[in-house]
Amino acid sequence: MSAIDTIELSELEKDALTEVVNIGVSRAALSLRRMIGEHVLLSVPSVEVLSRQRAATLLVQQGGDQLVAIKQSFTGAFSGGAMLIFPQARSLELVRAVTGPEMSHDEIVEMEQEALTETGNVILNSCLATMANMLKRPLTMSIPHLVKGDGSDLLDQVDDEGDVGLVLFLYITFTVRERDLRGYIAMMMNMSSLLALKELLNAFIDETMSEEL
Amino acid sequence: MSVNVLVVDDSKLARINAGKALCALQPDWQRLEAGSAAEAVDVMEREQVDVALIDFNMAERDGLSLAADLRERHPTMPIAIITANIQDEIIARAREINASFVAKPLTAEGLQGFLAGAALRLRTGG
Repeated sequence: MSAIDTIELSELEKDALTEVVNIGVSRAALSLRRMIGEHVLLSVPSVEVLSRQRAATLLVQQGGDQLVAIKQSFTGAFSGGAMLIFPQARSLELVRAVTGPEMSHDEIVEMEQEALTETGNVILNSCLATMANMLKRPLTMSIPHLVKGDGSDLLDQVDDEGDVGLVLFLYITFTVRERDLRGYIAMMMNMSSLLALKELLNAFIDETMSEEL
Repeated sequence: MSVNVLVVDDSKLARINAGKALCALQPDWQRLEAGSAAEAVDVMEREQVDVALIDFNMAERDGLSLAADLRERHPTMPIAIITANIQDEIIARAREINASFVAKPLTAEGLQGFLAGAALRLRTGG
């Protein structure tokens, strides 16, 4: 067992991370709201350190085994992968929502891949960029790509470094009631990023505390 | 005066959205599209381009690099970088090359300020 395996977030650090993720995801929800014109509900982010396998199981439990995800990796002070995930069965409904009512069924089918990728791009970028701004460290985002499959198919391709061991897993559910749409934003970071993240969170906590004085 | 506006985005959906917003704000402007930075360079060799809306996150070559080249060749052309990547660094880099920054998803409301400024600049000749 290496030293890295024993890194944990303190209560306050976890609280700060949840707050940063919350604000990032709220910004992402606002972007989605603008794209589809309907209210988007968000769950409280769940922040956990767990195994990759457990993370995959969690995705399947929440969304089923027929999932579609738009994935984007990010690198910087901390690195990892972010995904916008929803059940394949509802993917055309999401495309319909972002392309507007004037498109025919055939046009929607033709646009599916491209519209999903761009939707993921907008949502993940708003979320990650907001987090980077709050933690005051730039992140470089990759070009988004689309993956279909079950939870482990999605996670396998998040990033290739160290597929053994634990990951920091962040998970938020969003719901669009009017369209019966439900999806997830998930983020994963390797343990090596956790040290850097801890430092940035502590800087964020210090700043927040000093503002309050 | 006819105005040509070039929309550069690797996403068709994003180009459709930009088209809608442009149509609502400046219905008389002629719209040109490019799906990559390379395609944008081709279009600019063939056509007169007066205003450019450029996506940041594109494969091969990003929008800021394209915008920097355009700025060198067209010192007064109104250019906007369009992206959901609202990081302070990206906004600062856009400002450095005297380009505006407009957040995605693009709406008529979000684009209004940039287009009004662009129209004014074109009327007064830079």
